[in-house]
Amino acid sequence: MVAVSSPGSLRPLHPLHAILLAFPFPLFLGALISDVAYWRSFHVQWANFSSWLIAGGLLVGAFALLWALIDLFRRTIRTGRTIAYFVVLFVMWALGFVNALVHAKDAWATMPEGLYLSAIVTILALVATWIGYSGIHDGEVR
Amino acid sequence: MIRLPLIGALALALTACNGEPDAPQYGSSPNLPEPQRGLLPSMKIPRPANWGNDLPTVPQGFKIQPIATGLKIPRQTLVLPNGDILVAEGSGGYAPSLRPKDLIAGFIKSLGKSSEKGGNRLTLLRDADGDGTYEMQGIFADNLNAPYGLALIDGSLYVANQDSLVRFDYSDGQTQASGPPVKVVDLPAVINHHWTKAMTASADGRFLYVGIGSNSNISERGMDAEEDRAMIWQIDVQTGMHKPYATGLRNPTALTVQPGSGQLWAVVNERDEIGPNLVPDYLTSVQEGGFYGWPYSYWGQNVDPRAQPQDPEKVAAAIRPDYSLGSHVAALGVAFSNPAMGENFAEGVFVGQHGSWNRSAPVGYKVIFVPFRDGRPAGEPIDFVTGFLIDEGNTRGRPVGVTVDPKGALIVADDLSNTIWRVTRN
Repeated sequence: MVAVSSPGSLRPLHPLHAILLAFPFPLFLGALISDVAYWRSFHVQWANFSSWLIAGGLLVGAFALLWALIDLFRRTIRTGRTIAYFVVLFVMWALGFVNALVHAKDAWATMPEGLYLSAIVTILALVATWIGYSGIHDGEVR
Repeated sequence: MIRLPLIGALALALTACNGEPDAPQYGSSPNLPEPQRGLLPSMKIPRPANWGNDLPTVPQGFKIQPIATGLKIPRQTLVLPNGDILVAEGSGGYAPSLRPKDLIAGFIKSLGKSSEKGGNRLTLLRDADGDGTYEMQGIFADNLNAPYGLALIDGSLYVANQDSLVRFDYSDGQTQASGPPVKVVDLPAVINHHWTKAMTASADGRFLYVGIGSNSNISERGMDAEEDRAMIWQIDVQTGMHKPYATGLRNPTALTVQPGSGQLWAVVNERDEIGPNLVPDYLTSVQEGGFYGWPYSYWGQNVDPRAQPQDPEKVAAAIRPDYSLGSHVAALGVAFSNPAMGENFAEGVFVGQHGSWNRSAPVGYKVIFVPFRDGRPAGEPIDFVTGFLIDEGNTRGRPVGVTVDPKGALIVADDLSNTIWRVTRN
């Protein structure tokens, strides 16, 4: 999935981009844990926590996604890695949005779809963050 | 490449909600489809429109006139012994937005409401010369808290605020309360997701019945928030002592006592977000000690899995209501007719329907008549006041409380055009 180029040409994300990217994984992970707590306890406050955590992940994640999209069009850094980063982030965000709609259902109607989606979105957030923090390739135009 | 199928799937999921077969859902055994919900609940909020020179439509042989306009969210009315009409005006509820959804849905629903602020008052209307024009309109009492239910028992006027039952002294012909009211008892008011406190008096005047709606659609604020909710209280007028008279009624929005039998009847608004044809709002005689299902089940034993943990014993005990009014019609008013309304409408109840939001084809937005025979609902309802809804996107009014004047008139409160309508025989 990653186009290999010579070592040393990786550069880190812009600090502000990195800060934006820092939000989705912990927030979606928090939502997942809240969903598990709701699943086990039937205590509806956990479902409310999940809703807000997901909304937060989507809000900040949208800016990270926008940044990734812009990077995609900056020809100097469009590599397999930046494309993979964008695609994973996009799928994370899209499924995260579906998850927000599922969590807008009342009471137990969020279950079990909400729990499954939270797990998938959390994994995607982890992957996107991993790729992003691994640095993007500089120079080579593909 | 991943994007396109994903967006396609998303669009499908969003719109694959509703075929909405217009199944007739009236009567004692309504057709109940399987619960369903897409990713977004169906929402259709008809926007407010003006009447211009038009009037609502009434059956042949009747006429309708506005007898008061410019009110501040009129909800329920009471016809006093001398023919004066009291109007309760107000808008209540303190429910905080618990989720992002509550903010968004609250905004969308507000588009279908009047921008007027609730008056928190009682307005008195008088037609002194009996010509059908209520030339006098004055404030009977002010500084109330979202008043809704009204009842008169032997010189005492009872008003159900959203947080308390209060009493005014009343003597015939009075146009203004002689002072601030006396509190009889506090009513459940925490959150007040469903804030209206419907009320009626027992035939012997010993008791008041007060309807207290649930604090959620389907328990999504937690069951702790449902203490003393979704039930009808019986309150002893002398002592203020109260007990739950019937429970499991999601939102009993209007109560009335049947002439003759003294039987308590209610209209109840049922749960949302499981489809355009679920769950029917209903009209029912209220059995003392009865449990009517909410939140565990609806229309008897149809389990609602959104309420967890479930309670099978409660489900088994749930009573089927008497008469389905149709899903999402939002019945907010009920009143027994009398022979002065003419032979076609002599026996039965009028039901005011505020109208739907959780349905792509709006329903309700009218007043219907449910005929009775031998003291029970019998047969199809008849449209009595219509013409509020212009088309699917616009409505000129939203009926709430209905009251039958013993002299032969139907009084309808409309909280969108802030009007009181009066229907009489030609």
